[in-house]
Amino acid sequence: MDVLKNTLCENYDVVVIGAGHAGCEAALACARLGLETIIFTVSVDSIALMPCNPNIGGSSKGHLVREIDALGGEMGKNIDKTFIQSKMLNVSKGPAVHSLRAQADKQDYARSMRKVLESQEHLTIKQGEVCEILWENIDKNTDPNSILTNGYSDEFSGNSDEKVTNGYNSDNGISYYSSAEKRIIGVRSYTGTTYKCKSVIICTGTYLNARCLCGEAITYTGPNGLQAATHLSDSLKAMGIDLRRFKTGTPARMDGKTIDYSKLSEQKGDERVIPFSFSTDPESVQKEQVSCWLTYTNEETHNIIRANLDRSPIYAGIIEGTGPRYCPSIEDKVVKFSDKDRHQVFLEPEGLYTDEVYVDGMSSSLPEDVQQAMYRTVPGLENCRIVRNAYAIEYDCINAKQLFNSLQFKNVNGLFAAGQFNGSSGYEEAAAQGLIAGINASMYILGREPLVLDRSESYIGVLIDDLVTKDNREPYRMMTSKAEYRLLLRQDNADLRLRKYGYKVGLISRETFDEICEREKLIAAEVDRLKNTFVGASKEVLTFLESVGSTPLTTGVSLASLLGRPEITYENMSVIDKGRPVLDKRVTDQVEIEVRYEGYIERQKKQVEHFKKMETRKIPADIDYDEVPSLRIEARQKLKEFKPLSIGQASRLSGVSPADVSVLLIYLEKRNTH
Amino acid sequence: MNSETIAAISTALSESGIGIIRVSGSEAVDIVNKIFVSPGGRHILKDVASHTIHYGFIVDPRDESIHIDECLVSVMLSPRSFTAEDVVEINCHGGVFVVKKVLSTVLSAGARLAEPGEFSKRAFLNGRLDLSEAEAVMDVISSKSDSSLKASLNQLSGNISSKIRDIRKDILYNIAFIESALDDPEHISLDGFSEKLYGLLEVWLSEIDKLIRSNDSGRFLREGIGTVLLGKPNAGKSSVMNLLLGEDRAIVTDIAGTTRDTLEEYIRLDDIGLNLIDTAGIRDTDNAVEQIGVERARKAAENADLIIYVVDNSEADSCNVSDVTIGYLDIMKEFSDKKGIVLLNKIDISRDLPDIDFPYPVIEFSAKTGEGFERLKETISDMFYSGIKNDSDEIVITNMRHRQCLEESRNSLINVRNSLDNDMEEDFLSIDLMDAYSSLGKIIGEDIDDDLATEIFSKFCLGK
Repeated sequence: MDVLKNTLCENYDVVVIGAGHAGCEAALACARLGLETIIFTVSVDSIALMPCNPNIGGSSKGHLVREIDALGGEMGKNIDKTFIQSKMLNVSKGPAVHSLRAQADKQDYARSMRKVLESQEHLTIKQGEVCEILWENIDKNTDPNSILTNGYSDEFSGNSDEKVTNGYNSDNGISYYSSAEKRIIGVRSYTGTTYKCKSVIICTGTYLNARCLCGEAITYTGPNGLQAATHLSDSLKAMGIDLRRFKTGTPARMDGKTIDYSKLSEQKGDERVIPFSFSTDPESVQKEQVSCWLTYTNEETHNIIRANLDRSPIYAGIIEGTGPRYCPSIEDKVVKFSDKDRHQVFLEPEGLYTDEVYVDGMSSSLPEDVQQAMYRTVPGLENCRIVRNAYAIEYDCINAKQLFNSLQFKNVNGLFAAGQFNGSSGYEEAAAQGLIAGINASMYILGREPLVLDRSESYIGVLIDDLVTKDNREPYRMMTSKAEYRLLLRQDNADLRLRKYGYKVGLISRETFDEICEREKLIAAEVDRLKNTFVGASKEVLTFLESVGSTPLTTGVSLASLLGRPEITYENMSVIDKGRPVLDKRVTDQVEIEVRYEGYIERQKKQVEHFKKMETRKIPADIDYDEVPSLRIEARQKLKEFKPLSIGQASRLSGVSPADVSVLLIYLEKRNTH
Repeated sequence: MNSETIAAISTALSESGIGIIRVSGSEAVDIVNKIFVSPGGRHILKDVASHTIHYGFIVDPRDESIHIDECLVSVMLSPRSFTAEDVVEINCHGGVFVVKKVLSTVLSAGARLAEPGEFSKRAFLNGRLDLSEAEAVMDVISSKSDSSLKASLNQLSGNISSKIRDIRKDILYNIAFIESALDDPEHISLDGFSEKLYGLLEVWLSEIDKLIRSNDSGRFLREGIGTVLLGKPNAGKSSVMNLLLGEDRAIVTDIAGTTRDTLEEYIRLDDIGLNLIDTAGIRDTDNAVEQIGVERARKAAENADLIIYVVDNSEADSCNVSDVTIGYLDIMKEFSDKKGIVLLNKIDISRDLPDIDFPYPVIEFSAKTGEGFERLKETISDMFYSGIKNDSDEIVITNMRHRQCLEESRNSLINVRNSLDNDMEEDFLSIDLMDAYSSLGKIIGEDIDDDLATEIFSKFCLGK
């Protein structure tokens, strides 16, 4: 870069590299917290682009969106403005797995998010490629408190309200910064301008050294033919950051005019739409919706795929990156579920102002001719014309074990990373990390504790903890099964769980926070009232029970225990509950869940207690694992490499067995007693 | 590495054929080398290969011409040894004096006397034993009878671990099934899953129940059966007592029970261990006063596992029934939750049996001739060791911590069954399945117990 004569130099607090779903949340969080922020994108037209599926949410991803919203992020609000169909999934199952999914108008979604960024104070949008990250070594002798020398600690007022009692990590936040030897001082763009800053957030998604594969045809571009970012990888490697290759894929888009809908089964949205955002007025989202369509692959489809597997870049060994198991290509499904004679295919409109239709369930990297033949075997697609081919994309990303749970690199103070660059997949996963990285880059600059959510309080916590502790060999996708305590982590209570943290960092208003506190009180009081209000076998009660098909009472019981019966709801019970106060549905919904599932919730809370015990057993930063007797060699290596902050975290590291953890516990116990 | 070299006598200290002194730690070879010479008088252990045996003499290091004993020395180098450290075992002659002398020589050469269980502790810490195996070693050390030793050894061989692992594997598979069905409902269907799980729950519950029941037996194996003899004066308690004691003079301990606050005597009848409670009291009563010792014995009976009612059958022909049984039936009612055996004693005097329905097995008995003694032993054995044949490989839970974990897992599985009964959605099942899985894991150290460190500390007296 030295050859460039450009001597322009600008000053910012935060540089965000990439304006996808992670970058947008990261930049908005920083700017909203008052930090001067600049966000780089290879094309301003690709801000908040949805290069794959045209929907937001879905099983467990819907939880993420609600959590993002509760913390003060933008994704939920933006999809509420731009959805064209919405559906609560899994309503036949327990409340833990209910999940909201909305079809987006892709262009509208991107446009609307871009407008939000453009309107945000302290935020600058810049088209260009960042090719170098600038850093300096920390001299620990002359600069012992290097983390707190960023100058802001006194000015920022924040919301350090005492009402927020379950604050995070107030004991050892310092260890998130103390191990680093380097510190961020700026970035340089390909065009030669230097941007001085204190923190950089890498949100490069699938753009780093990207190449797209459609059978034998390979192009060196990012998604959708957009320019790839080819310079940053070298700069990262020079900083001592390890990169690896991952792969993901997307199905073809069909011309909707060539689809025969008469052969398909229509999938409508919910009659009463529930918004994603807790602050969206539910009335504002009741509108006309479009339909999706369900069809299936068949043996003929599978035969074509099998016959051409040798032309798939993955099976032919051309792709080196590892693909996601849970968002598999149709080739993978045919190979892995060879006993299934069909697979679901959802046809989803890409927006209101286009005929393009997304073929959900049939992503592929087979050559164009095979794709066309394969898609045309599917009922409804016999005469389809492909607008955009399916393709696989390969890109540079990191093993997120190089990050703390705060999403800061362990070896570089002020360098954060979020989204697909961290080895995840999906818009929602990216946005969630972006928000946390944005918050924590701000906390770093402001000299405050990072926000680290744990596995027992949020899906975001599970997502980040899995990314930074587990050996993820493929793009990580959020799934219900990954949350151990999911009965407590419902989408319906995300605001009750997380608003307090949003308030504490300064993204949620006092007013909103007060409303949550008030609601918590109302819920507790109503649960209490139901437990202490008794009804007997009166005529009125018996009539009610008969009317809902419930067994008659013989003795007096509390209303709470009646609510334990599946056929009785808070609502229909009103006829025998005269003294009932007038309460908001957001209150009574929580009351109903808490009472109905009380035993399960209690048991899950016990599990959380056990978990918390392990999490709060901190491992001192100065521990020397060579001094711990009897650790297995592999465990010793993993512990030294990862430097877990707590016993709980150590126990989740791949390669560390329970026996190793026992040994560690004993060592720490011994150390404490001496 | 923490590896002070320790030594201890690892065979029973008795007049047996051989005695073994085990030395473990990084200095083990050096230390023994100092005091061991080959027939040629050379110190040869320094560079020998692992798992080799050497003939020679233990000598006084101050004067190597003094041979303390002739012996075989086996060298097992780290990590392929019981403790995973360097281990040297000295096989010497078995006399108490000789063995002690060899040990003190080893200690004077630089080893420290091992604390009880310290070899196992090291084996555990070095990853050679899982928790339940290490606990079994502790049990072996403190076991009182042959059967108890057998149960502990059985556990040591990993039988419990493998049993628990099997159940856990099954539970985990089903959790995984539910979870993957939640994640991928298109490809994995839960149709018919409830019925299948219901069947599995019955299997797991019965396995776990069996292990819990074995703990009752296991406790009796390990600690002996708390036994009280009840009877009117002259019913023959003393002679029964003498018969029991006389069968095997192995009065192992006289312990003032800490919790029971009574005096116990431990006797062994073949493989049956009996803790005769308040035997002194019974003797006193018989010797001293002409009164029914019921009041005093009642106290003892409260703490007993087994009450042996000694009834004087010689009175049966001359007196009426109520005389024979007076006081007995009342006290039997009072202790109806205890196991009991009725000995119709003095059967050699009268063979007429009282026409009474005792709520217990009745044995025609003669303390004088020994008639009925075999049946008594069989009856006790059936009562307390049912399901565990002495020679079988049946798994026995001998450890209270294990029992607690088993009970927790049973409760969790019962919760799962209740959820199925109430038609709860499948995602609720995994909460309790997970609890069951983790309780079982705690037994074998595959799930981390909150209090594990404390547990191990108390078990192995660490941190001294």
